[in-house]
Amino acid sequence: MSNNTAVKTAKKKPVSQMTFGQKVWRNRTLLFMCIPAIVFFIAFSYAPMPGIYVAFVKYNYGKGIFGSDFVGFKNFEFLFQSGKLLELTRNTILYNIAFIVLGNFLAIFVAILLNEMQSKWFKKVSQTMMFLPYFISQVLVGLLVFNLLNYDTGFVNTVLNKLGMEPWGPYSDASVWPVLLVIIHLWQTTGYNSVVYFAAIMGIDAEIIEAARVDGANAWQKIRYIILPGLRQTVVILLLFALGGIVKGNFGLFYNIVGKNPLLYSTTDIIETYVYRATMTDFNFATASAVGLYQSIIGFVMVMVVNMIVKKIDPDYSLF
Amino acid sequence: MAKKNNEDSYMAGTRVKIGTSDKIIRGVGYVFVTLYALACIFPFLLIIGTSFTSETVIRAEGVKLIPKDFTLRAYEMVTKGGLIWRSYILTITLTLVGTFVGLAIISMTGYALQRKDFVLRNVISFFIYFTSLFQAGLAPYYLLMTQTYHLKDSYFAVLLPLLMSPWLIILMKNFVKSIPFEITESGKIDGAGDMKIFTALILPMLKPALATIGLFLALGYWNEWYQSSLFLSSKITVVPLQYNLYKVVNEAQSLKNSIAGQFVSLADIPTEGLKMATAVLATGPIVLLYPFVQRYFIGGITVGAVKG
Repeated sequence: MSNNTAVKTAKKKPVSQMTFGQKVWRNRTLLFMCIPAIVFFIAFSYAPMPGIYVAFVKYNYGKGIFGSDFVGFKNFEFLFQSGKLLELTRNTILYNIAFIVLGNFLAIFVAILLNEMQSKWFKKVSQTMMFLPYFISQVLVGLLVFNLLNYDTGFVNTVLNKLGMEPWGPYSDASVWPVLLVIIHLWQTTGYNSVVYFAAIMGIDAEIIEAARVDGANAWQKIRYIILPGLRQTVVILLLFALGGIVKGNFGLFYNIVGKNPLLYSTTDIIETYVYRATMTDFNFATASAVGLYQSIIGFVMVMVVNMIVKKIDPDYSLF
Repeated sequence: MAKKNNEDSYMAGTRVKIGTSDKIIRGVGYVFVTLYALACIFPFLLIIGTSFTSETVIRAEGVKLIPKDFTLRAYEMVTKGGLIWRSYILTITLTLVGTFVGLAIISMTGYALQRKDFVLRNVISFFIYFTSLFQAGLAPYYLLMTQTYHLKDSYFAVLLPLLMSPWLIILMKNFVKSIPFEITESGKIDGAGDMKIFTALILPMLKPALATIGLFLALGYWNEWYQSSLFLSSKITVVPLQYNLYKVVNEAQSLKNSIAGQFVSLADIPTEGLKMATAVLATGPIVLLYPFVQRYFIGGITVGAVKG
């Protein structure tokens, strides 16, 4: 360790006296290590940004984005006046609120129950089973749901049929999907989310829990007065960040379950599915981009506001 | 019994015993968690059972948990022509190449951005992070990829966009943070350059991080269908497994319609069975592998979850 300081002082110039250019030059290898990532984000995230301009033109394939006629806010006007934008926003936000509130509630519930279990084997096996839906593609989720619910061969109707009851046809009934989609979302994410809370419970000081136990606290009292208050910070932070993404929909889930079934659009069309169809089915790039820009701006504002709040609560958790 | 337990919990001040409320919570826990865990795997069992059931039985009696007349006909249909095996090779190639390249870039970047003496670290961090705050949206992205980069019908359109994400780089930074800066310093004293320090000293210590992030990347590639649906048109016959499944699920109906009226009878075309067998083949490897790699994911979630 003694020659440590010797080497340091032997260097020509202290870092504090270097110019900015010299500092960068000193770090050139580190900069070089970041170049592939920088190029990646320029190519796939920044380069599309000028193309947002397509939201303000009457897009003409032959003329390209920047050659097409400028129409100002006309694309937005139509979306606002038809009420389409409002409907999409409402659907997206309401689904997300249900996902966030029920999802966190169920995840905490499961995490607390798992924490109370004595059998290590049971904990491990059940966690493995609950985690499985998180690992599969949304395409498979769509098929799993179809298998359960479709009119002709679905499992639910097979059971109803055996019981001598009327078959059920959710794929032509828009009203049931808000409930179904929430259940499916919970099914897919609770295993994952409960791990987060389970880890947070593990992080609570074991000595406090042990002391409470010695003082005669029962399991319910332990949960009520130690674990739940101990989780409050994690819950608040996770809820706030979820709130930051409230206008972002889970495209894969909705698209693979509802797909291109117009019978269900009134209750299941979210911003992402609408933009996808506008782009890939109708090639209506101007409208798609207008909706996308609207979503990006609201999303950006939401994250900023949320980050400000988080910073006030606990600066350690703020994003920047 | 209940009365005795009550007494126990009253006396618990002196003796630590399991009281009634503990028993209730534990009982509720075992019942609820068992039912919930079963609900999590039930749909999978339904798919497996149905994939071995004949189309006639599926049509008449619906999907099956336990196949009534065990048949491999659906699997024969799926594997006929060998297209699915070519999808396998494509998916495995994309997964291996993407995970390896992605890991190399993410770990380099994560290390450099965590170095306290790197003057540009905050600028570059924000440059990367900003892309998760504000996106151009699908339409401009689609136009750029197809008209400027000419990646329509190219496998690169699937490979490249999944290489990294701001979230994975932040996750890597969080892992790197746990490595003491003294390690880097000791490398400097020995006269090693930054690249040498990274490859010789830091990378070996990042093994858990590489496992976790590598698995997130690999899972992303294996489950990829979205970029494929955007950029691979019907001209491309060999597509990634999940997109292949997507096509089978969504086009089974049209397939049935197109074969109908030819020499085979309608009930003979296993459209339902075809979907199930494709699903089993496309998902099987990941489900079989999953119990062994699960702990790395859990490690990753707990490192990266809250500070996202």
